[in-house]
Order: sequence, then structure tokens, then C-alpha cells
Amino acid sequence: MIAESGVGENYRWVTFAVFAAVIAVTMVVTYVAAKRVRSAADFYTAGGGVSALQNGWAIAGDYLSAASFLGIAGLISLYGYDGFMYSVGFLAAYITVLLVIAEPCRNIGRYTLADILAYRNDPKKTRIVGALSTITVSTFYLTAQMVGGGVLVKTLIGINYETSVIGVGILMLAYVLFGGMVATTWVQIIKAVLLVAASIVIVMLVWAPYGFSLPAFLADIVSDPKVQARVATLLGDPAKNMSAAELGQRFLEPGLYFKAPIDQISLGMALVFGTAGLPHILMRFFTVRTAVAARRSVVWAMVIIGGFYVLTLFLGFGAAHLVGPANIASVDAGGNMAAPLLAQYIGGGTDSFFGNLMLAFVSAVAFATIVAVVAGLVLASASAMAHDLFVGVIRDGKVTTPEGQVRAARVATLIIGALSIAIGIAAKGQNVAVLVGLAFAVAASANFPCVLLTVYWKRCNTGGIVTGMLIGTIAAVGLTLVSPNLTYPKAVKAAAHKVLDAEPAKRAAVSEALTSPDPAVAAKATKDLAALDKAVAKANADLVKWADQETSFMGLEKPLFELKNPGVISIPLGFLGVLLGSLLFRDRRAEQMWNEVYARQNIGLLVSKSVAG
Amino acid sequence: MANPDAVDWDAIIRDPRFQSLHRRKGTFLWGLMALTVAYYFLLPVGAAYFQDLFKIQVWGVVNVGLLFALSEFVVAWVLALVYSRKASRDFDRMAAEIAAEYGGAPKPNVVLPIGKEVLV
Repeated sequence: MIAESGVGENYRWVTFAVFAAVIAVTMVVTYVAAKRVRSAADFYTAGGGVSALQNGWAIAGDYLSAASFLGIAGLISLYGYDGFMYSVGFLAAYITVLLVIAEPCRNIGRYTLADILAYRNDPKKTRIVGALSTITVSTFYLTAQMVGGGVLVKTLIGINYETSVIGVGILMLAYVLFGGMVATTWVQIIKAVLLVAASIVIVMLVWAPYGFSLPAFLADIVSDPKVQARVATLLGDPAKNMSAAELGQRFLEPGLYFKAPIDQISLGMALVFGTAGLPHILMRFFTVRTAVAARRSVVWAMVIIGGFYVLTLFLGFGAAHLVGPANIASVDAGGNMAAPLLAQYIGGGTDSFFGNLMLAFVSAVAFATIVAVVAGLVLASASAMAHDLFVGVIRDGKVTTPEGQVRAARVATLIIGALSIAIGIAAKGQNVAVLVGLAFAVAASANFPCVLLTVYWKRCNTGGIVTGMLIGTIAAVGLTLVSPNLTYPKAVKAAAHKVLDAEPAKRAAVSEALTSPDPAVAAKATKDLAALDKAVAKANADLVKWADQETSFMGLEKPLFELKNPGVISIPLGFLGVLLGSLLFRDRRAEQMWNEVYARQNIGLLVSKSVAG
Repeated sequence: MANPDAVDWDAIIRDPRFQSLHRRKGTFLWGLMALTVAYYFLLPVGAAYFQDLFKIQVWGVVNVGLLFALSEFVVAWVLALVYSRKASRDFDRMAAEIAAEYGGAPKPNVVLPIGKEVLV
């Protein structure tokens, strides 16, 4: 097994030095930025003074979370083709953002998602649902990032989980609290540049030996015995009749990760429509001055994000070939360590200076990634709490001094930041992968239909927004709660019993193979024995862990709903909610405001005035 | 919020130039959107239901599925470029003309150093 905590003891100082350098740079940026934050517009949107190119990098920095950088490279290294399908969805999502979301939102909104909804509808009601949805989506996403970040930092540099979560939280709070959107933007830009640079260097080193030929590179992947063994493990019995070459080629074909076609389409829908409803992404369009700049920033973001996701193909397959799927999975079952381990390998391996320098650099980038994404999420939640709920609803828009608004924003940031640290620590050891999917599902099912229809549909009104938000959110969360994503103790225990029942027969067969005169057979038997011991230990642990429980968190023995991703049902339901709600509850003001909304979203009249407030 | 009384929104909507912008932009935008969604979902549908096609090797070990996935990137970039050229050539000019007449043109995209005070 490769070193448990990534970096060896002798080289830990390299990691700390690289981390310290990255943190120092971002702190200087925050210090400079802090002096410029005087008004709410500065705090929430950097005063609208971000250029299109800067915003493009910042969108990439906001969007390329640890899940996409580490998670996708890992999925490709463990499951081949299917992992790469995620990459495609993440880029395709931006076409929706570019065509129908970015420009109207820039022209209609000011600081938050709820601003867009409140423009023509009842401001209080729509601010409440918009803010609650923003906080819900951001909290799901935030929890996943905090838990993932804690585990990652623990694995990479060996400090304990709670310290990692608190460290991420405090650093993020320092950026947002003092520097607001100005510092957050620059931290995201720095992180995106580092991430792209690190990926390019690794991919160059991995690909150069093949003269930058795609078929030559992939030919080496499919002929790798480590990859072939991985495919054989994944396929199980059907693999027995396949040749080594067929097994290797199978790694480049779909179906190793996604088993249910509808699930895959459902995930695609959540990605393609959910991105356009993520509050922290929408918020980025308020940091530029005009709709034209918003459009240009999405195009830049698409170049950067798309370029990065093409690189994941090489990161993932390179890691599968050079590090090996079994080694990657042994450090982290989800494959999250694939990219860092690949960096270490191509730098010269576990015992070399350059190997550890590369690992330290990639680790620092991963850390910066988590902090930057978390900062964007906290800022989105804090703006919903301070600008929409406190200033807009509770104070009825009567906090008018710049100092008062900034103070409200900072207090909200502290509350959300403290909550995120507490949730991160409380959720230790939980399966949080489902939360990122849930954030996208709620964004696609509730936020996206509401934002889209309020700027494009004449009859849309307050009733539609409130109904759509409620139905979309309830459908996405409800279907996830009864889906196979949760742990079902009865099924877990049944599987454990099955392993234990089969143990004696398997052990007998392995023992016999161990005495075989053929060294290859004996070596395989030793490996099988270790795997069997591990499976038995896990089965016993599961039986103890779930001893007193028969049902899932929701009190179910088995999933009520077979899909892991609710999008295919919850997104149409969200749209239906807005349609029915609008038709059932008439709202004259919303209809009278239509001409203003539609003209403004198209020609952006007086947008600069509306930015300045 | 801006002072909406200063602008006659109904007159803008009735203006034939706005109507023409609305028609051209609408057709173009939703057409591209439909194309994007259709092309994107060919990938999960193909991966699920047309695996035999996706497995055909066309360039060494590189198969149709892999090339199709890579083509999604190219198509996304091309669509972004097509839209952004069309918008900056036609729609922006039409919008600016209308805006100039009814309430002053939107401020040009002034690029300030980040964080520079822009409040009035």
C-alpha cells in the first residue's frame, strides 16, 4: 500500500512550506481587498468592478470544486469511460447558463437570486422562498465540501479531521469577513490558475512520452494488466470469458459505473439545468457591470472549465496506468487521491524530493480549491440571510446606510461560517457524496424553473414562484430521502450474512491454492486470502454497526424509489409547480410589471444605476 | 432600485425595433438551446442504449463513444462562439439603439481594477 497519509514524514516540511506560501498570497490579497469594502455592493458584488476575463476565471474557481478536480479524476481512474461522462455534463451545463440565464440575471438582479424573483413579484414572499432555497442548496453543497475537505487534508498531510475542518472554516471566514466578494473573487482566480497550471504540468509529463498521440496513450492504458484486473473485478462473472485485451478495451466503453440508463439521464438533467440555478454561480454575474460582460465571462469560463475537463481524461487514465486502480482505491475508496498520487508518481515517487514537492503542490491546490469554493458558498448564503431576509424582509428595506448593510452582511457571514464548521464536524464519517447531487437536484428543480420563468413568461407571478420553489425542493429532497443513496441496514446485514455464509467454502479453496506448486497460483491465493479477510472483517463490522437498526434514516427497509438521481421527475414537477401556481393565483402587479421586466432583461436599461442602488 | 418612472417600458415593448429584436433573439436563442440539449442528451442515451455503436474502434483503440464525448466539448465551444458573435454583432447593437432613445444607453463595459469604488 502507498503511504497512508500521502506525504512521508521526511518531506512533511515541503507540504507545510507550499501550503504556507499559498495561504500567505491569499492573505495579502484579502488585506488589500479589505480596505476597499465600504458598501453592501462592494461586499456582495465587488462593486460590479470585475472584468469579464477575471470573472471567467472566478466562475471556474467557484465551479471546479474538490469534487470535480479530485472526484472526477478518481472516477475515471477507477471506472474509465463513465467517469469522463461526468466531465462532459459539467461543461454542457454552461451553455444553458450562457444562453438563457447570465444576461437576463445581470440585467434584472442586484446581489442575490431572490432579487431576480422579487423584481416583479411580491418582494417579501419571493425573498423568503428565494433566500431559503439559496441557503438550502448552499448548505448541502457546503457540507459536502467541508466533510470532503476535512478527509482530504487529513489524508494528505496527516492532521486530524476536526483541525482540518476548523482550519478550512477559519481561513474561509478570514477571506469573506474582511474582503467580501473582492477577496473571494481573487482567491477563486488564484486557485483556478493554480489548478489549471498544476493539471497542465501533470498532463504534459504523463502524455509527452507518447509524443502527444491519443491512440498511443490509450493503447498503453488498455494493455495495462492493472487496468485489466480492475475491469475483471468490476464485471465479476461475465469477465471470465473475456481475453485480457477485451478487458482492457472495456475500460474505454460505457457501463462500468452507471448501471441504470434512466439514472444516467436523470443525472445529466440535474447537471445541465442545476448549474444555472446554483446561487453562488448566479451571484458571480452581479460582479460585472453589463450583460455583455456577463456573456463574455461565461464564454471565458467555458474555455477554462472545458479545457480543464478535457485534461481530466489524461489525469484519470494516467493515474489508472501509472498508479493503478487498486492502489488508488486502497488509499481512498472513492478514488479522490488519484490526482495527488499521480503527481507524486510522475515527480519521482514516494521517496523523492520532486515527487513529494509535486504532491505537496497538488495538495495545496486541492486545499485552496476547497477554501475558495466554501468562501463562495458562504458568501451566497450570507447575502441571502442579510440582504434578503434581514434587510429585505425583517427591516422592510429600511437599513439604508452602507455601514449598516455591510455590518448585517458580516454578522450573517459569521453565523453561516460558524454553522458550516459545526455541521462539518457533526457530519464526520457520514456519506456526503449524495449532498452534492442533492444540491444540483434542488437547484435544477426549484431555482432554475423559477428564475427562467420569471424572466421569460408573462403570466409568471408570486403564486407560481412560491409553489414552484416548494414543489421543486420537496420533490428533489423527498425522492432522494427514499432513494438507494441512503444506507438500508436490513440490506447491508443481508449482504454481510451472505459473505459470512460463503466464507468457509472460499477459505478452503484458497488454502488449497496456497499450497499449489505454481508460484503464480500461490501468489494469487495470498492476495485472495487478504481480500477475503478484509471482506469478512467488514461484514462483521457492519453487523455490529447496524445491530439495533432494521430501517434507514427514513424508517424504510428498502428504497421506495429506484433512481439515485431524482432530476427526471423533480425537474418537470418544479416547472409544473410554477405553471399551476401562476395560473391559480392571479397577481396583477406581476403582469403589469411584465413589460418592464422583459424590456429590461433584453436591453439592460439603467443597469448601471440599478447596480449602484 | 432604479427609478422606473423615468422610462416608458410599454412604449419600448411596442416599438417595432424591440419587436424585431424580440423575434430574432427568441428564435435564435431557443433554437440553439434545443440543439444543445438534444446534442448533450445523445451522450447518456447513446452510452445506455447504443453501446454496440459506442464500442466500434475507429482510431487505434479510440472508439466512437470516446470521440463522441470529446465532440461534446467542441460542440459546446462552437455553440458558445456562434451565440456570442451573433449577440455582439446584432443583438447588442439593436439593444443599444433602443436604450439610447428611451433612457440613455447602458454604460459601456468599463473595466475597473477590482474593488475600485464605483458607488455614486
